[in-house]
Amino acid sequence: MEQIISEKIKQVKKGDQAAYSLVVNFYQDRIYQHCYRMLGNKHEAEDIAQEAFIRAYINIDSFDEKRKFSTWLYRIATNLTIDRIRKRKPDYYLDAEITGTEGLTMYSQLSSSDPLPSEEVESSELNRYIHQEISELPPKYRSIIILRYLEEFSLQEIASILDIPIGTVKTRIHRGREALRKRLRHV
Amino acid sequence: METHKEIIILMHQYFDGEIDKVKEMELFTHIESCGACRNHFGELKQTISLIQSAENIQAPSGFTNSVISKLPKEKKRIKYKRLFQTHPILTAAAIFFILMLSGVFSQWNQDNELVVSKQENLIIKGDTVIVPENVVVDEDLVIQNGDLLVMGVIDGDVTIINGKLINEKPINGKLMASAGEVNGELQIVDRVFEWLWFQVKGLFKSVFSFSAG
Repeated sequence: MEQIISEKIKQVKKGDQAAYSLVVNFYQDRIYQHCYRMLGNKHEAEDIAQEAFIRAYINIDSFDEKRKFSTWLYRIATNLTIDRIRKRKPDYYLDAEITGTEGLTMYSQLSSSDPLPSEEVESSELNRYIHQEISELPPKYRSIIILRYLEEFSLQEIASILDIPIGTVKTRIHRGREALRKRLRHV
Repeated sequence: METHKEIIILMHQYFDGEIDKVKEMELFTHIESCGACRNHFGELKQTISLIQSAENIQAPSGFTNSVISKLPKEKKRIKYKRLFQTHPILTAAAIFFILMLSGVFSQWNQDNELVVSKQENLIIKGDTVIVPENVVVDEDLVIQNGDLLVMGVIDGDVTIINGKLINEKPINGKLMASAGEVNGELQIVDRVFEWLWFQVKGLFKSVFSFSAG
């Protein structure tokens, strides 16, 4: 499949929109899903996912063919979702480090006020709950948790999608797992 | 009981698949004996499997079309290029057609002067070629961009390109019937396509006469 995609990308670089529609079709579910998980909102997810594909098309000349197209596409989508989250957030961030502490964020100061789900939750309700909990993580942990556990990228791939050192990926995935553990341990 | 910070680091290394055998042994030995760490490890494991159980969602229908419709317009050149790449016969036909047409039109446009294949005994008045009375033309006659008025006799074939055969013409204020006759084949070519056909026919004729001779 990678082979076919990179063949299509070459055609897209020449300006071929029909080739691009195959590319969009191939990645649409994954990118839409990624945006949905990042944003927790279907309408915004569709908006941003479309925007990601349009940006990728417009900037296709800056895509290095030696790299993986999916990585590049995920990076565009992730950056767009984070921009969107920042725009709608109020003027402080839960994941901002509290001054004078090492690695402690506002986030850790919050107690989980969510009601405990009943024992007989339906699977779809449980799913919604998990999505909800993931979407309440600070974006920089959220993106990594989603990429690692829902989209099953390796740590190295995550580092290149987010354009951060692999050490940072490890630190964030560590914190993200701990944050989710606190939220999900009662399920 | 408190969890052990260094053990939790080992747990995360374990989940990232970045732990060596010795450390892994250390981790599990510790978990056996420490309830708090065992509990913490269990919660992390459960969390991961919960996240992974999240169902897959599909993009809304019509997503791709919607994206494509919002892209900046494709260059026309590329649209045609793709068409021609997928249909090589079309390409060949198009190239042939373009060359053909350009040839034909340039020729058509160039030749708008009156041309008569034979001028002996003929009178040329403006755009009209007149075969006077008492004249017998015994060869084929081709007239381009002019009309023909026959008052005498033409024994050969007549071809008029971009002109017409005049039957009646006022001369000296009187209407005169065209009294002449054409004994051969008469052909009037008035439009581009007919002219084209005439050219092609001529080409074939010459080819065949060439091969026959």
